[in-house]
Amino acid sequence: MPKMNMLQAINNALDLAMAKDDGVVCFGEDVGHFGGVFRATSKLQEKYGKARCFNTPLTEQGIAGFANGMAAQGMKPVAEIQFADYIFPAFDQIVNETAKFRYRSGNEFNVGGLVFRTPYGGGIAGGHYHSQSPEAYFAHTPGLKIVVPRNPHQAKGLLLASINCPDPVIFFEPKKLYRASVGEVPEEYYELPIGQAEVMKTGTQVTVLAWGAQMEIVEKAVEMAEAIGISCELIDLRSILPWDVDTVAESVKKTGRLVINHEAPLTGGFAGEIAATIQQRCFLHLESPILRVCGLDTPYPLALEKEYVADHLKTFEAIKASVNF
Amino acid sequence: MTNPNNATISTVHQAEFTSGHALQIPTLRILQDDGTLYAGATAPELDKATALKMYQTMTFIRVLDERMLGAQRQGRISFYMKCLGEEAATVGSAAALDDADMIMAQYREQGALRYRGFTLEQFMNQLFSNEKDLGKGRQMPVHYGSNAIHYMTISSPLGTQIPQAAGYAYAQKLRGLSNVTICYFGEGAASEGDFHAGLNMAAVHKAPVLFFCRNNGYAISTPANEQFKGDGIACRGVGYGMKTIRVDGADILAVYQATKMAREYALAHNEPVLLESIAYRLGAHSSSDDPSGYRSKEEEELWRKNDPISRFRLYLLQKCWLDDEADKVATEQLRQDILEALKVAEKVAKPGIEHLISDVYAEPIPELERQLADLKDHIRKYPDAYPITSGRI
Repeated sequence: MPKMNMLQAINNALDLAMAKDDGVVCFGEDVGHFGGVFRATSKLQEKYGKARCFNTPLTEQGIAGFANGMAAQGMKPVAEIQFADYIFPAFDQIVNETAKFRYRSGNEFNVGGLVFRTPYGGGIAGGHYHSQSPEAYFAHTPGLKIVVPRNPHQAKGLLLASINCPDPVIFFEPKKLYRASVGEVPEEYYELPIGQAEVMKTGTQVTVLAWGAQMEIVEKAVEMAEAIGISCELIDLRSILPWDVDTVAESVKKTGRLVINHEAPLTGGFAGEIAATIQQRCFLHLESPILRVCGLDTPYPLALEKEYVADHLKTFEAIKASVNF
Repeated sequence: MTNPNNATISTVHQAEFTSGHALQIPTLRILQDDGTLYAGATAPELDKATALKMYQTMTFIRVLDERMLGAQRQGRISFYMKCLGEEAATVGSAAALDDADMIMAQYREQGALRYRGFTLEQFMNQLFSNEKDLGKGRQMPVHYGSNAIHYMTISSPLGTQIPQAAGYAYAQKLRGLSNVTICYFGEGAASEGDFHAGLNMAAVHKAPVLFFCRNNGYAISTPANEQFKGDGIACRGVGYGMKTIRVDGADILAVYQATKMAREYALAHNEPVLLESIAYRLGAHSSSDDPSGYRSKEEEELWRKNDPISRFRLYLLQKCWLDDEADKVATEQLRQDILEALKVAEKVAKPGIEHLISDVYAEPIPELERQLADLKDHIRKYPDAYPITSGRI
């Protein structure tokens, strides 16, 4: 099995999707000949022509609106928003149009097949306009599906599933891992399920939950905890919307404890939603309060990034606090 | 000299401005108020059947608008929007299209919808949000839509359809279809960012869209002179590098001619065209609005003389294509039919409770199934509080 980094896996997924279905079209700022600022769409224009892989003007609302129209016609647009920090001009098109297209028309029209790909998250010395994790804004919008992969293998399978999904998907790519994360990726077409979490490691004393780029951080924390004798169950949520309540609840009923980690600020973050649902589902099984390890309630910093992030040490402390409550 | 922007550079050696009003776009007029043609004007090729269908569609919409605003005043429907004074703009443009061309409208284009064949029953079912409404009773009245007749479901947020039309038309082009997309919006919506985004995207990516701006003078209460300072909306098309034409929106022959020409050009060259129709919103913005607070009766009377239907009616009478007596009988019959259809539609049941969660996704997600089950249990406890659904779960 070949080794790929996350960008290569995403590029490979787009290549396979475009070869399989001529309705798949990739576009966004600098996406064409240049292959995107991160090179996720590298060589696709060369291979499939300018009509199916192209640059757009600098207009996120235009990109999103154009994608909505294409998908409504029956094609499968994969639109890139160059940084998730710049998705907000497209917020109206995504929240009021993409998400409600099928519902408001009574299923006369839909935008299934539409995928917004966008790099999110910190760790690249990007400050507050190249580091945000805006998934929670979109998680509050019925009609969208939200997916966040943790490594190249996951990225390829989940992206192919998103393109093939009858509902519109926002696909948040952890840009910190674009080149840093390397792993074995099958060459052939495959899909991984949307809406299903993955239990990466079983354990008995505490459930540790995260997604995307935070997975490798919590893995490190779990290793530290295991080294001092705490048995951890590790879950990658993979989809924020819909999220896999059953898998998480089943785990927490077993361990009695839950630590949730995300990169976005604490207040209004998706960990709050998970905590509320899990305490309701698992109240009598809980041995300690559900803990959240998140970004501070500030814009994403630059010089003090290390202090700000929900890192492995903060997570390790939370795991201990949860078990020793 | 050329530069990478494809702009022709001519040079001067003394600083001078180009006036913000250097570009003045003329308005196409063919039909006069008395039903005769302007000197030098040529009527578009239009057979009798098409001309009568255009006339009957305008009449239908006017009678429907009167009756349904009345129904709103009686409290039978919650909301309504008339298109009084603008019937020719939407009917004339729709008549110039192919039936498979996509229509992406704003909300005041019932003329185009009716021309495509939306039935009286379909109008009523939507207006009463009953279980036969294609939109499953989810949107306020006048948010029509139908896949079968290529009329995209209306969305309340203004201007969102503009970049979507660019994308839809681009997809039509990639699919090799010989169809265009027409996109209607008002001069107020043209202030939205989506207008700029959509026209620029369509021009750059060569999408066969007809951007049809209904400049009707008002955005709710805001007059056009508080909306923009340029020469209407048409001059902006030139800025985006697209073919542009302005027409008298109360002159159905001019609208038809301009749209026909725009469609042919868009298809032949895979390019968007901007049309600006100048008419007047004679009615209120909606049933929730009262224009007496922001404009004078005198102003309205001035425009009332510019009636698009009577002008076309005189034209048809002069051509002996319309029988005056038969027309009066038909209009009376139409009033009866509308009243009957209204009575039927208001008695049809509301959509069932399953449609609270259907179509949010292609298939309901597990959480939605759970929420619906909980809701049904709750309704069973308090059936009197939820009379629309309690008897049907």
